[in-house]
Amino acid sequence: MLRASLRQISAALKEGQITPTELCQRCLALVRSTQFLNAYITVAEETALKQAEESEKRYQRGQPLGELDGIPIAVKDNFNTAGIETTCASNMLKGYISPYNATVVQKLLDQGAVLLGKTNLDEFAMGSGSTDGVFGPVRNPWSYSRQYKEKSIPRSDSEPENSNWVIAGGSSGGSAAAVSAFTCFAALGSDTGGSTRNPAAHCGVVGLKPTYGLISRHGLIPLVNSMDVPGILTRCVDDAAVVLGITTTYIFVCSMSLFRRLSQSKLNSIYPIYIFLFFSVSCHVSGSLAGHDPKDSTTVQDIFQPFALPTLTDVSKLSIGIPKEYHVPGLSSEILAVWSKAADLFKNAGAKVVEVSLPHTHYSIVCYHVLCTAEVASNMARFDGLEYGHRSDMSKSTESMYAATRREGFSDVVRGRILSGNYFLLKQNYEDYFVKAQKVRRLIANDFVKVFGSGIDILLTPITLSDAIPYVEFIKEDNRTRSTQDDILTQAANMAGLPAVNVPTALSERGLPIGLQFIGRSFQEKQLLTVAKWFEKQVQFPMIQLEEVKKHDDGVLQHQKSASFS
Amino acid sequence: MAARGCGGVWRRALQRGPGGSCSASRPRRAVACNARGGAVPVGQSGLAPWVPVVGLEIHAQITSNSKLFSGSQVQFAAPPNSLVSFFDASLPGTLPVLNRRCVEAAVMTGLALNCTINKKSLFDRKHYFYADLPAGYQITQQRVPIAVNGSLSYSLCIDNKMSQMVTKTVRIKQIQLEQDSGKSLHDDARSQTLVDLNRAGVGLMEVVMEPDMCCGEEAAAAVRELQLILQTLGSSQAIMAEGQLRVDANVSVHHPGEPYGVRTEVKNINSIRFLTKAVDYEIQRQIKELENGGTVVNETRAFDSKLGCTVPMRDKEGKQDYRFMPEPNLPPLILYDAKSLPANVNHQQVVNIDWIHERLPDLPSVKRAKLVELYGILPEHSFTLVNEDGLMEFFEDVVKRTQMKPKKVIGWILSDLLSHLKQHSLTANESPISSFLLADLLNLLENGDISSSAAKQVFEELWKGEGKTPLEIVKEKQLELIQDQEELEQICQAVIDEREKEVMAIKEGNKKVINKLIGLVRKATRGRANPLLVKQILEKKLSE
Repeated sequence: MLRASLRQISAALKEGQITPTELCQRCLALVRSTQFLNAYITVAEETALKQAEESEKRYQRGQPLGELDGIPIAVKDNFNTAGIETTCASNMLKGYISPYNATVVQKLLDQGAVLLGKTNLDEFAMGSGSTDGVFGPVRNPWSYSRQYKEKSIPRSDSEPENSNWVIAGGSSGGSAAAVSAFTCFAALGSDTGGSTRNPAAHCGVVGLKPTYGLISRHGLIPLVNSMDVPGILTRCVDDAAVVLGITTTYIFVCSMSLFRRLSQSKLNSIYPIYIFLFFSVSCHVSGSLAGHDPKDSTTVQDIFQPFALPTLTDVSKLSIGIPKEYHVPGLSSEILAVWSKAADLFKNAGAKVVEVSLPHTHYSIVCYHVLCTAEVASNMARFDGLEYGHRSDMSKSTESMYAATRREGFSDVVRGRILSGNYFLLKQNYEDYFVKAQKVRRLIANDFVKVFGSGIDILLTPITLSDAIPYVEFIKEDNRTRSTQDDILTQAANMAGLPAVNVPTALSERGLPIGLQFIGRSFQEKQLLTVAKWFEKQVQFPMIQLEEVKKHDDGVLQHQKSASFS
Repeated sequence: MAARGCGGVWRRALQRGPGGSCSASRPRRAVACNARGGAVPVGQSGLAPWVPVVGLEIHAQITSNSKLFSGSQVQFAAPPNSLVSFFDASLPGTLPVLNRRCVEAAVMTGLALNCTINKKSLFDRKHYFYADLPAGYQITQQRVPIAVNGSLSYSLCIDNKMSQMVTKTVRIKQIQLEQDSGKSLHDDARSQTLVDLNRAGVGLMEVVMEPDMCCGEEAAAAVRELQLILQTLGSSQAIMAEGQLRVDANVSVHHPGEPYGVRTEVKNINSIRFLTKAVDYEIQRQIKELENGGTVVNETRAFDSKLGCTVPMRDKEGKQDYRFMPEPNLPPLILYDAKSLPANVNHQQVVNIDWIHERLPDLPSVKRAKLVELYGILPEHSFTLVNEDGLMEFFEDVVKRTQMKPKKVIGWILSDLLSHLKQHSLTANESPISSFLLADLLNLLENGDISSSAAKQVFEELWKGEGKTPLEIVKEKQLELIQDQEELEQICQAVIDEREKEVMAIKEGNKKVINKLIGLVRKATRGRANPLLVKQILEKKLSE
């Protein structure tokens, strides 16, 4: 039952095969028995059960709120949740209880979702391994799968089996692990440079990063405001569509005309997508995560209309672009093979598959470094210990209190980014670094505009350089090096604000997931997910086989048969 | 604020020094400048003249129901921290949402100051750490402000003579929208600082004036005119005592033909009187410093109103790098005009410059011209009427209710009413004599029921505010003019009979002496005689 997809479990709830309370209790039990994964920072058992109880009453009355009613979900611990601790895996916010819900959290709750808890991450989402938070690293559930155990060779006899576990990827590693280990049916992550897609790839789940501006960021504790997007992690593409609200599709009259202006807009504009500031007129859009939020001025103003995600049968009209710049040094031969196999799959099905060029891609890392650290330096300025969060006992002077608070509250990684960001923003450096980085960002975004303008519908790329590596290997390099290596294939989509999704594709030789990335046009989530769904069906990615889950689950419903793609 | 671990009070070891050192008794120098503009003050040495240069940055709080980027109410003197939203307290994850009313106020002000309104303006973050700036940055418009390149004309009188007024113009560099900060209250006794965030995030318009002024008086006149404009528009109440209008003055001095000197900034001046004093003091201080072989350092100073001098601000020491960057949570602010307004747009979602332009009220300069034209009063009188709070409305109300000519009414308004008001530090709206009562009084005078000296007595009685009407006072004090010709003739005859010497003088041709007799008659009647009539009677009797 726990291994079912969101839509399947939703149907089971409707049919009364299981009650929301039973479902919630089972999930909570699994959360407890998989505690060693360290996927959750906070488990909100009490409120979750209360929410499940409410949901149960609605089902009893025959008035469930929708597909999400009674569905256990998890939320990355950088989204504000009223009454439940929000820590960002930082000493700075340890014990901080927000007085309000992030818009996305509120929307999920409004639809009856049951919030199990808050998931682990790198401190303030700065990282690519979910290893750099104050609550310790997240362990990839696949480390404990039969698939991995069978294929991995113990490193040496002296080392315990335990040291072989692999990272979950990051920074939304807790959310990816939570979905992958079947403790919840969907989870929210955030994606600034790949933070949803990267752990999704390593944990073998679907990870969607929607178009910038489609989903409200209000209540998401920011990393880089101009790139952050709430991400959605689910077991399959259909589920991601349900959570996004793509059971609803939308009319993009306004955005498309704006999007066309993108190519004409100036090089140093901060927005990859041309967004106008409109004055909010109070309006309420319910039923989906997507849509304008009067509390977030960077969300688009469009109105949504219901539409189901279609099942694609014919791909012959599709044009798939293979960007050659994504063939980067360090890309494992295994990933390369999976990538080209996927391209062949489309070709054989009649789609047009063409090599395309995104020439400015390799500037993206250094450009991202400048823009990211600059915004980090600015966003972190509010953590001074006065209004909320950690405050040092140092009371010699205001300035010394600030300094001690920030030294005690932030990790080296965070402080390092603040320091470089402030350097780039200094008056004498601003033009040379920040402004130039903005221009490069525009060039990167324009690369995509050109490619999509040439008739390409979807880009197909790898998402990680290799499968997940063991934690002990991962921590041999510092956070900055790792982030640089790991974001290389995902970052550009954030620069350009484009929607992108990880689809679990195959298992590596070591029995670990490999995912591929589809990048779509702005606001064309429906097209993107339709293609992803077709691909998902073709590759038949195997289900993770976990002992812990078997113990908790009756195994009645299985959403996919394990057939291998490779 | 509901956030856990959040407290309104926090401890702080004080670093502020003991008030600075400046002597209250400094030698007064020659007037720093005079309003004709050409003249420059001469230093003690008398060798080279100095040219003072004054530029202003004025922060005007926008009159709006809610703050610039949040829904919290704006209200003066509310209980501390009672008007603070999550955004104002910078709770993580909150985002700014621009208040349309504030944008309209800035557009209005820009148009009134002859500015070019930027159809696209941008918001920036200005970073610095301070207890009353919760986010660690202020959202402002550093790169592309909402309005640029305007001008403001203002007038001032030369040598304090109302009849000699000159009009000057100062260029407006820009108007930018930005957030106000909170307030820090330093409790010296307990060595702690209290923070009130009610003001944090209130919308400000920063009006930047080019250094086109040369003395405190000019700066004060320019600020007063700006204040009137803001109040007329309703874009700011601009009450300086409540901090709704705060002035920073940039001051420097140089010799003619040489580049501008190093400037200092006198911050947060909160009254027009202090502005005049602060600027003039600063000019004198700099001249003295330079003439004594010293240098002026680029620093921030504060005006100490008790000592009447400027002192360096300790906590603003050292050069700040504000690390400006674009505000990523606010897309460019796009304004429209009739031409560019897109079809099918919800009018509540956009700001239309032309629409605002068409609805601008009469500005003070237009009001003054209209007063001169409509009532035939002198231009300098129109200045007083417009510049004094509520006086123009008072004047117009009186004019409406009396047959007396406006030209005569203005005398009563300016010399009698206004001087009384000033003596008691009242505005026209607070006058114990309403426009009704004054109109009644002037009607009595105009109808010849009372003499003007009796009218002055009635005025004094009315000022006491005892609720009597002018007519009641006239009756009570028996101030009516003597209408009975015979009675008047008897009184006149009595005066003539008593004053042989004066009568002789008049008969010998010294006609002026008749005024003395008129005065005596007036005295005898306690001002109740019509002087014209008295003169006629006297002349008649003396020529007999």
